[in-house]
Amino acid sequence: MSTAPAVENPVEKLLRADRMPHIWCPGCGIGTTVNCFARAVKECVSDLDKLIIVSGIGCTGRVAGYLELDSFHTTHGRAIPFATGLKLANPELKVVVYSGDGDLIAIGGNHFIHAARRNADITVICVNNFNYAMTGGQVGPTTPLDAVGTTSPYGVCERPFNLPFLAESCGAVYVARWTAYHVRQITRSMTEAMNKRGFSFVEVITPCPTLYERRNRLGTGLDRMQWFKENSVIKNGVDTRECDIAFQQKIVCGKFVDADRPSLLEMVEAKMASVLHRQRWERMSREQQKPIAMRGMKV
Amino acid sequence: MSGDNDRILTGAHFLDGDHACAEGAIAAGCNFVAGYPITPSTEVVERIAWRFPSIGGTFIQMEDEIASSIAIQGAVWAGAKAMTVSSGPGISLMLEHIGLAAMTEVPCVFVNVQRGGPSTGLPTLPAQADMMQARWGSHGDYEVIALAPNGPQECFDLMIHAFNLSEQYRVPVLFMMDEVIGHMTEKVVIPPRNEIKITPRRYTKLPPGEYEPYVPGDDLVPDFAKAGDGHRFHITGLTHNEKGYPVMNAECQEQLVCRLVDKIRTNVEQISFFHEDGLEDADVVVVTYGISSRVGMRAIREARKKGVKVGHLRLVVVWPFPEDYIRHLAERVGGLVVPEVNLGQVVLEVERCAAGKCDIISVQHAGGAVHKPQTIYDAIMEAVR
Repeated sequence: MSTAPAVENPVEKLLRADRMPHIWCPGCGIGTTVNCFARAVKECVSDLDKLIIVSGIGCTGRVAGYLELDSFHTTHGRAIPFATGLKLANPELKVVVYSGDGDLIAIGGNHFIHAARRNADITVICVNNFNYAMTGGQVGPTTPLDAVGTTSPYGVCERPFNLPFLAESCGAVYVARWTAYHVRQITRSMTEAMNKRGFSFVEVITPCPTLYERRNRLGTGLDRMQWFKENSVIKNGVDTRECDIAFQQKIVCGKFVDADRPSLLEMVEAKMASVLHRQRWERMSREQQKPIAMRGMKV
Repeated sequence: MSGDNDRILTGAHFLDGDHACAEGAIAAGCNFVAGYPITPSTEVVERIAWRFPSIGGTFIQMEDEIASSIAIQGAVWAGAKAMTVSSGPGISLMLEHIGLAAMTEVPCVFVNVQRGGPSTGLPTLPAQADMMQARWGSHGDYEVIALAPNGPQECFDLMIHAFNLSEQYRVPVLFMMDEVIGHMTEKVVIPPRNEIKITPRRYTKLPPGEYEPYVPGDDLVPDFAKAGDGHRFHITGLTHNEKGYPVMNAECQEQLVCRLVDKIRTNVEQISFFHEDGLEDADVVVVTYGISSRVGMRAIREARKKGVKVGHLRLVVVWPFPEDYIRHLAERVGGLVVPEVNLGQVVLEVERCAAGKCDIISVQHAGGAVHKPQTIYDAIMEAVR
């Protein structure tokens, strides 16, 4: 009997082995993104103790629980404000929000736009599987027009969000989108996003073969990866207004935004420095207006 | 520049309850506040926003109350002492996160400057109608601690106590002010730094690798670790085991939820805090909390002038409710008079504990004003009749 040499899984150290097997379905794309994330972390984070991961609720909300990091599985839609508080209270930490499209953009949509507006120093990774999967495949804010979900059995009649456009228009300094097929690009974008100061955003389109693909008769997870491969159009730097996703139409992928704008922390620090300077100056001038005897000097 | 001289404004001041509350939080060591404007609580965060830069605190006005109530919890996990401040409609939005703080055992303070409700109600006028919401507002079984100050001085003093209790028991503490208390201006004495007792956070002494976030101590409260210290812990609002990992079964649920409840219920005597006045030979006792105590005192004084033996029990800590104390009290008095600016909330607890041993008179008020002393006086007279 021959024994093959043991090969170490390159991302094992970043995963909680004692929590395996995970809850995701066969063919689900979330695990793929976690693998990419682990590789990105290995590449760009030197002190893993300072990397904090925050998730909301849903299938992607479970990511926090599988990563061997300080990790928070918060409430539905509220990962971003939790992360904002965490980062403000300890700016030394690197804070990543990892959640799904329903969590981040529907129930958490208000927090998403405001975190982007204030350029909060967090990275947001949005796994977009076009539906609410944990609860059985309901339509969400990203479900393409005419696609079917359990709460839209005759097809969606609302326009979905174009996430890169939403993120950019609210002020995100880094915006990229890939599909689960683009593992190298995802890893690179996650690395770049984490290296950015301010609000960085990476959307990853993933298969949900159990629900979205099955109900819409789009085949297996593998079929979907093949479809992503053939129907993704990489347009780096394209105007994000061109990133709308229509049912079974081409998906525009790429890095769209990589800009520089002072982050929330930088703005706060600058403001506080000037406030403290002014307060010191005012105290000093008040001191000088006092009679000499009151200044604590010997007359 | 951020020495204690800037932080604790030792001396006598003329402050309203909202401002005193802010100073109390600062004196307690609070260094992170997230909030959203809402009458009549806004002055608390305004003072915090004005005061924090020079003492190294962080204030952020979030996009709503939901965000505020969870931003503070992120900050606590990063090592901050944190609170948020609101009033009825905002507190209603925060309830899910009061549950999260109870479930994940986050020490933090929620200030509720109560106004008339339901819904938008009476933004600029008082009520005490959120008392049951404070106790039961979030879903599921849990326990919190709720304090009810009755003036600006107590807004200062009890804020320190509120933070201390939250640290000791790792629970959200609700600070139940009301519009009158918030906007009442009185003398507030801020003591010197060395007279202010602060309960430190219960940080674990275990090294990374050995620490598990929900292993309870002898008092059922687990030790805390902050994010970034290498423990690599997992925290979830799901039912979880001592390691913090989700476990979806009835056994784990019972173990966890019973502990969350028992860590407060078994310590009711230590947590309870009330003022007694003339209870020794009382025929009737007026049971009050918050602003109602001040109106009650006037009624009690008038009744005593008429020779009525009337005592005053003022609850400072309303939740957990001092059940045994009220039970024993009910056994030796003729009646308990309970004035509150609501249509009968805390009186339900009084009635439950008294269990028919004495008369209970609920003195209700729908809100928008405080009671007239006469109303409470009449109730006292009715009780002795």
